[in-house]
Amino acid sequence: MTSRPSPDIPEPKEMVERPVYLTYRYRANPQSNRFLHAIKQGLILGVRSKGSGKVLVPPPGVCPETGTLTPGEMIELSNNGTVLSYTIVHLPIPNSKLKPPFVVANILLDGADQAFSHLIAECELKDVQIGTRVRAKWKPEEEWDYGLENIEYFVLSGEPAVDIESHREARLQEAAKHA
Amino acid sequence: MRDVAIVSYAQAPMQRDAGGRTDVELLVPVMDQALAGAQLGRKDIDFVCSGSCDYLAGAAFSFVMAVDALGATPCAQESHVEMDAAWALYEAWLKFQCGEIDTALIYGFGKSAPGDLPDVLSLQLDPYYTQPLWPDSISLAAIQAQMSIAKGCFSEREMAQVVAESRRNAQRNPHAQLKGEYAVDGLLSEPTFVSPLRRHDCSPISDGCSVLILASKEKAAALCERPAWIKGLDHRMESHFLGTRDLTTSASSKQSAEALQLDRDKLDCAELYAPFSHQQLILQQALGLKENTDINRSGGALAGHVLMAAGLDRFGAAAQEIFAGRADRALAHATSGPCLQQNLFGVLEGAA
Repeated sequence: MTSRPSPDIPEPKEMVERPVYLTYRYRANPQSNRFLHAIKQGLILGVRSKGSGKVLVPPPGVCPETGTLTPGEMIELSNNGTVLSYTIVHLPIPNSKLKPPFVVANILLDGADQAFSHLIAECELKDVQIGTRVRAKWKPEEEWDYGLENIEYFVLSGEPAVDIESHREARLQEAAKHA
Repeated sequence: MRDVAIVSYAQAPMQRDAGGRTDVELLVPVMDQALAGAQLGRKDIDFVCSGSCDYLAGAAFSFVMAVDALGATPCAQESHVEMDAAWALYEAWLKFQCGEIDTALIYGFGKSAPGDLPDVLSLQLDPYYTQPLWPDSISLAAIQAQMSIAKGCFSEREMAQVVAESRRNAQRNPHAQLKGEYAVDGLLSEPTFVSPLRRHDCSPISDGCSVLILASKEKAAALCERPAWIKGLDHRMESHFLGTRDLTTSASSKQSAEALQLDRDKLDCAELYAPFSHQQLILQQALGLKENTDINRSGGALAGHVLMAAGLDRFGAAAQEIFAGRADRALAHATSGPCLQQNLFGVLEGAA
């Protein structure tokens, strides 16, 4: 026997809409607050962890390595950094002006011990390598807001590439002095 | 069964609004204090389990941030429940029973201040029929209270007595949010808020966190002078559909009391997680507690209610009575869901 819907059973209901909206009053913690105000002014701030001696950016309230509260000491970081790793993306980002292919990289700013992800553009794809030196390209000042997207993307700085293993070693030695 | 004991507990001050400080920033000093209480370091802990709720924070995976408080580098053995941290304690207890661990750190945290808690809590209702009507947590509790009073289970005066006693007891609790001497007649002269509930029948909204440490028989004696041994744990849940439940009693609590073979004559104190005054009365009646058992020496949730930590706080507060020798046997209780839907009970004992 084939099973068929009985005439007295209505069509299966496949969709009902139940939208849920909740409002939250979010406040940034002291470190994030200072970071956000600084980046609005075109400055990148990190914080030095008392526990590990490392400079973390964006600055968290707690050092994830040691579980200690980070103190108030904020450190202004350079616009220049080094590519720790990268990938070439061939898929478009929704609502982005960037046309694929483009580069997403883990970038370690000079003076920092924690990398963050950002875009690299205005270059030949083959010129981006691990160790390549890059520089932040900021949006026009009138577009600056409270976020890392004030940096439109990074461009190649033209400085000689860095050996990231020896750079990491030097940074660890520097952090140990402050731990 | 492996013997497991609570060996340390610490709590942040419960406050209406912890400001811009993040959950993880609130946790670090409390974790330091709980670890110091057992003379342990972060790296001495075998397993970590936490309880929290993303809807309170208004951010997905907010519990992941809290792991930073552990200094979990390069890694930690960690788990999380999207429930009160009393259930994190339960998960850890099971891991002890599997013989996998000898120490566990349990933490619960919640900042209710950023959202509108009664509305946030309506998202725990069934998503098809009940939640779209947005019944808030206070209204549902009020319906339960109204039914219970009409049935003659207790009176509004008895509810006010629960509040007065909670605030009196809370004067000894340095972390309590609401405390002081209040006359029952004075409380009864207050206007109703969501009838028959008055504002004081509802627990306050609190930000905060708590940390508790468990240890196996092999480890506990070295970490705590008088550990609080967990002699039994029992968790039951009732239907999510309120219309199928008798809201004037707690069927699951009755069954838990039986399953735990609760010896009421030897129970020195009980910490009951009652977010509303009448729910404490429902629990007391369902459990059949007697005069010899002090209820909520800490003040209970009516004196400070950190959602996702308040159940763990009942275990912590009961354990503190045993640590200090003020009790030999205590009952700890946690609830979850609307109108006491889920209930978890633990019997704690100190060495005779």
